[in-house]
Amino acid sequence: MMPLAAPINLLAALFLLVVFAMLWQRRLANLITIYAWQGTILTLSIALAAYATHSAHLYASACLNGLLKIVLVPALLRRLARRLDVQWDRESLVQVSTVMLIGLGLVIFAFNAALPIAAAGHGINRAIIGIALASILLSLLMMILRATALSQVIGFLAMENSLIFAATSVTYGMPMVIEFGIALDVIVGVFILGVFFFHIREQFDSLDIDRIERREESR
Amino acid sequence: MIAHLFMRQGVQILFVLAMAPLLAGWVRQCRAWLANRAGAGLLQPYRELLRLLRKQPVVPHEASALFVATPYIVFTTMVVASALVPMITIHLPLAGAADAVVLAGVFSLARIFAALAAMDLGTGFGSMGARRAMLVGFLAEPALLMVLFTPALISGSTSLVVIVRQLARHGVILYPSMAFAAVAYVMVTLAENARLPVDNPDTHLELTMIHEALNLEYSGRYLALIEWGAAIKLFVYIGIGAALFFPWGIAQGTSSAGLAIAYALFSAKLATAGAGLAVIETVFAKLRLFRVPEFLGTAFLLAVLGLLMRYLFGH
Repeated sequence: MMPLAAPINLLAALFLLVVFAMLWQRRLANLITIYAWQGTILTLSIALAAYATHSAHLYASACLNGLLKIVLVPALLRRLARRLDVQWDRESLVQVSTVMLIGLGLVIFAFNAALPIAAAGHGINRAIIGIALASILLSLLMMILRATALSQVIGFLAMENSLIFAATSVTYGMPMVIEFGIALDVIVGVFILGVFFFHIREQFDSLDIDRIERREESR
Repeated sequence: MIAHLFMRQGVQILFVLAMAPLLAGWVRQCRAWLANRAGAGLLQPYRELLRLLRKQPVVPHEASALFVATPYIVFTTMVVASALVPMITIHLPLAGAADAVVLAGVFSLARIFAALAAMDLGTGFGSMGARRAMLVGFLAEPALLMVLFTPALISGSTSLVVIVRQLARHGVILYPSMAFAAVAYVMVTLAENARLPVDNPDTHLELTMIHEALNLEYSGRYLALIEWGAAIKLFVYIGIGAALFFPWGIAQGTSSAGLAIAYALFSAKLATAGAGLAVIETVFAKLRLFRVPEFLGTAFLLAVLGLLMRYLFGH
């Protein structure tokens, strides 16, 4: 049993709940707020892991994640949404209840898939593996179901959050260099995609992926 | 000993009958305060019940016996439900007789009769309200059952008495699964009792009404029974919530001092829950009817997630 298992489990449960909230949310501005909450939970769980292991590099990782995922990336996304003027657009999802049921199926699948993984390793919290796997699958589902490019990017960022969550909670973090690399990748990715969105819209008058595809066919 | 048991049961039923209108008045008063109004006072529901009981009821010509019988059936099922929940003490003769699943069944019995009676006359509003009530009911019931299964899994029994005894013995532990179930339970309670995000309890003659549409043709003592039954239903739902999620303070022993403390604590829980309900009703706007399935689907999702958490964490 890991130290501090109870609060880490509670955070894990909240993490899964937040991913579901993302899947369910229609408005982009609220989606970005939920993304910031996900970052907060992630930062708290890394800080808890750092406290449990007294490791300096996890504390540094918590600071880095907090700065990046609570402040910087949400601010960038907000600015992007404001400049593209899509922050209050409502997305037409597939029936919300259907999405929820598919999500539940994914969660059950992930929880069952986590059992043999946890059995193979020693001292690995199987609950965390299951929840992280479920979060990754749910973020993927969000990327598949969303119509506009910006919310697909948020789904991608949520997936990255889930991966970091898995890494820190299960094995107490990756080497510092790799974490810095990922953080840099995320920042650069958001910047490049931001520029990319303006080009997409100039070209196609819309960020709606379905519409872009239809236009490609009719050419 | 047996006489004592049944006396405790009788006192609890009388307590519920007497206090249910007060709870309704308290929720209304809190809402009035939150909206900066003076409010009609805590005793207003009693005055309304008294007025309705004195009035002569009017029954439509086309009504069948079902129409007249339904208020009595609804009221009786609610009283039975209130007897099945260990609110004050776990030593109740009837509380051991039925478990949580039966309780859900008792509620749906009342709902079916209310819907049938509303359809009985063949008026537009009545049958529309009946259909809507059944829609909400059939979505809320699976969510309610899923909520009940989480504490049932933790304590190893679907009997509310065993659940209360087991959970109270563990002391104050925050189970993630129970937190999920509690949120889902609040959502189900709002839907089942026709409270604000799902139905507006204050309006008559609107196209959005659900609960009021069922009672449009009732008057006099029939309406009084239905309104009183609705107040008892809310009371019982809060009682179930207290038993499942805040079982501390429900008397385990049989001493009269313990019972007195349990009554005081339960009244405090009721007051808190009523105030919380008023806050929810003030903060949230009414959902469109087509969004209600989403609302209850979310409740179902939370309840199932709670169950899965319980399975995954193993505690």
